[in-house]
This record gives sequence, structure tokens and C-alpha cells, in this order.
Amino acid sequence: MEPSEIFARLEKQFAGKVSDFKGDVQEPYFSVDAEAILEICRFLRDDAELKFEILSDQTAVDWPKEEKIQVVYHLYSYAHRHQIVLKVDLSRDNPTIATAEGIWKVANWFEREIFDLFGVIFEGHSDLRRIMLPEDWVGYPLRKDYVEQEEYDGISTQRAPLVDKLMR
Amino acid sequence: MNETAQDQDTGFHTEDMTISVGPQHPSTHGVLRFVVKTDGEVISEAIPDVGYLHRSIEKIGEKVTWHGYVPYTDRADYLAAMFANQGFCMAAEKLAATPVTRRGEFCRVIACELNRLASHLISVGTFGQDIGAMTPFVHALRERETINNLMEEICGARLTYNYIRIGGVGYDILPETCTRISEFLDHFAPIVDEFNRLLTGNKIFIERLAGIAVVSKEDALQYNLVGPNLRGAGVKWDIRRDIPYSVYPELEFEIPVGTGHIGTLGDSFDRYWVRIRELQESCKIVRQCLKMLPKGPAISKVARKFKPAVGECYVRVEAPRGDMGFYVISDGSEYPYRVRIRTGSYTAMSIIDKLSKGIMLADLIVLIGSLDVDAPEIDR
Repeated sequence: MEPSEIFARLEKQFAGKVSDFKGDVQEPYFSVDAEAILEICRFLRDDAELKFEILSDQTAVDWPKEEKIQVVYHLYSYAHRHQIVLKVDLSRDNPTIATAEGIWKVANWFEREIFDLFGVIFEGHSDLRRIMLPEDWVGYPLRKDYVEQEEYDGISTQRAPLVDKLMR
Repeated sequence: MNETAQDQDTGFHTEDMTISVGPQHPSTHGVLRFVVKTDGEVISEAIPDVGYLHRSIEKIGEKVTWHGYVPYTDRADYLAAMFANQGFCMAAEKLAATPVTRRGEFCRVIACELNRLASHLISVGTFGQDIGAMTPFVHALRERETINNLMEEICGARLTYNYIRIGGVGYDILPETCTRISEFLDHFAPIVDEFNRLLTGNKIFIERLAGIAVVSKEDALQYNLVGPNLRGAGVKWDIRRDIPYSVYPELEFEIPVGTGHIGTLGDSFDRYWVRIRELQESCKIVRQCLKMLPKGPAISKVARKFKPAVGECYVRVEAPRGDMGFYVISDGSEYPYRVRIRTGSYTAMSIIDKLSKGIMLADLIVLIGSLDVDAPEIDR
């Protein structure tokens, strides 16, 4: 199915909850309301003509200028060989969205990584802990305004540039 | 399982043990830890603890130029650096609509498939070693050494190649090197049979693998297993054939899938056997490429100040550990706005918790080895 057809189908089913379809890009995408993400994902997976049984990738992108964090879902269907990209805009101050763990189990780990590096809270997630960084790390490194902490557990993270040292 | 259960026959109290496997453990291939809860030898829960090798490669991508990021992608998976090179370069080319020269494409495929051989050799070799067969590991490493020498001849590096560049490849493959690659392939084909006699057909090896840690097709899709792990579960899916890129559509090769001919479909043996057969397929691909290698420049003209148009793309390549995805966003500047690397090992790790329930502690090692997870690729 062509991406535009997929979008048309969803628009019919979930009027007002999907918007901003972009079809003239490499991977066509559209926006989804944060509240409707679960029902739309479940429909995308279970509908016989769509059958997106694969969550290829789930990640986030920080857009400080627009004051939003975007969670991006890359879906693929082995059965029909089509793909679609979903984007959900969340506020930067309190990014919260329901977990897709119940639909694709792999989302468990993808969401843990997004929580760790972007600070997005996934409601209903079974194991929302930091995955890459230590539990007591401060801040979310993949946000654009992240400032590295100066020391961690009493160990300085700052180093004088090597070149300066040699010049002295 | 109860915290303290009473053994029915003896009346003794038993207690679950919590053991830390790793971070430094010979079978974890990198720095990787499991917190294992066991009842005697039987695992009730194995919680993976990753992140020891997190080098923030995605964040670095936002700070360096497009050309400058290629060497960093090498470090995502050091056993298969060529594929990360290719993935990122393909994404950059797609965004900027940069053409790749035809010779460049063939050089890419030759280098990638040689890299796949090296990576699979490490995978099956160390797998044998984890289970207790030391000799096959040494044999596999010996062959890999020759591939490393060939790689050094092609691009000057043995592990982190930085060979594939935006627009083509860094250096042309010389005719002498082509001869040596073809000599190596002639030598290597019988080695695979030798390897099969040495390890694959070994009774102990088969009994350790067959029927252990079975991945059903549904689980493979739910947990998004990719590459040999997915094909081991009987799903015939290979990015090279199904979402073709580069010159793969012109080449002839088989896609091995698990059949369950020894144990159950989707068990550890199937995943191992897919890798062994992929060794032969990769040899086939390299041979065809050497024959078809066209004349011409190896790299097209690319601006030093590389600035792709505003946009985003998602590119998939079939790495030895499966579908490697690059989600790259450009804001039109000299630096990528966001680089996301989706790797096969990461999703393979997510299934370990489920598969480990109820298996023996020694079989956890088989499970990790058969999924071929690579710690740097998990953490990035």
C-alpha cells in the first residue's frame, strides 16, 4: 500500500487524530496525537491490509526552537513490504506518552533508551530505568541544550586540552 | 519461584541465588553484564545490564561534519565496521542526491562481504570457544587474519576501516589485490567444509545447541530480531534482497534460513547454521563482484564542504548482525542535526530476558553466543 493510501485509511478511521502527511520526502511520515498513539499503533499492526508487524526503530529528536520533542516510530510490514513513519510531538517540559510495549515488545528497550537519553516518560512501561548511563546521571545527553556535568562520583569529567598542555 | 521453597523430598530450605555474569566474562564478547537469578542450575531470570561501552556515538554525530563522522561509525560495531560506513554514507548520499560511481559500488560490496566473512568467522569461532571447543576458534581466527591482511591492502586498516566515503570508496582496489582476494576465496571454500567437520558435525556441539533457546517466528517479529537471528527462526528476510541497495540486485546469492533439521526450528543450532552458510554465500558474492568489477573512478566528485538539503532519511543495510538502520536528519548545515543508529544486537539483547527463563546457566552462554550480540554495537 502506498503511504498516501495508508494515511487516507487512518484519516477515515481516526478523524482529527492524524495530520500533516508529508508524501514527497524519502520516507513519508505523518503526525499522530499523543493521546491516540496506542489505538493507532494497534490498528496499524492488526489491520489485515496494513499489518505493520515490525517496529523497525523508535527514537526521538529534540527541537528546542519549536519547543518540542518528537518521538519517531519507523514501522515496516514484511507481509506487504510497505513502511510508514509516525511522529508524535511532545512538550519539552513534560514529555509523556503511553508505552507501545504492549503492541511491539521490542519497544520496551527502545523506550528505555529514549527515556535515558531524552527524558521522555513512557506511561505504563514495565521497566523504565536508565539503560546506557548510570542511574544517578544528571540530565539527558541527546537533548540539544544538554550541559555535561562537571564531575561524576567525585571524578572530574573535564580535561585540559592536550595541545595546550604541550604548548606550555 | 518462591524465595524460600521447601524441597519436598529432603525438607531442606532452598533459596534463589543471584549471580552476576560479567562485565568481564569470556563469553560476553565485550563488556556486558547479566544479573542472573537461579534456582540451582536453572535460571529464573537473567536481566541484561548494558551501557558499559556507551561512547555516545549518536551525540558525536551532531558535533562533527558529515565527512568527519564516517570514522566514528566504524566504532559502532568494530567487527563489522564496513557496514556502518556504508549505512551512514548511503544516508548522506540519499539526502544530498550524490551519485556513487559504479566501480565504487562494486568495491563497497567486495569490502563489505569480506568484512562479513571476518565477522561471521569471529562469531562462529568464539561460539565454539564459549562452549568449550578451543581449536575451531584458532582455525577461524587464522582465516580472519588473512582477511585482515587483505583489508589492510585495500584500505590500510585492519579493523576500523574508514574505507567507504560519501560518493564512493576511499581507495581503488588494485588488480594485484583482486588476484589475492580470489586466491584467498579458492583457499577458503574447503576451509568451510573443514570447519563443518571440526565443529558443526561434532556430537557434543550439536547436543549443546539443538533445541536450546528456541525463538518462534512470532517472537522474532515482536522483538524485531534481524539478520541471521531472524532467518534462523525461518523467516526469509534479507535487506540485500528484499529492500535492495547498492548492486546487490545484479548479484546471485541464496538466502539461507533455518530449517530445524537437527533440533527445533529457531533453536541455537539454526542460527549458527545460517551463519555458516552465509560464509559460502558471501564468497559467491565476492567472486561475482571481482568478475564484474567495471573500470572507472572509485569515488565521484563530492564537495569538501558537504551540505545536504534539509530533510531526513532512514537507510537500512544488511550487516552481519542484521538490519542496521541509520536515521539521519539534516538541517542544511555542515553538521548532521541528528544521527540515530539502530543496530541488530540491541534488539537481540531485548529478547534474552524472555529466552533465558527456565534454561540452564550453561545454556545462557549458548544463547548469548547464538544471538551473536556484540557489546559495542549494543551500547554505541
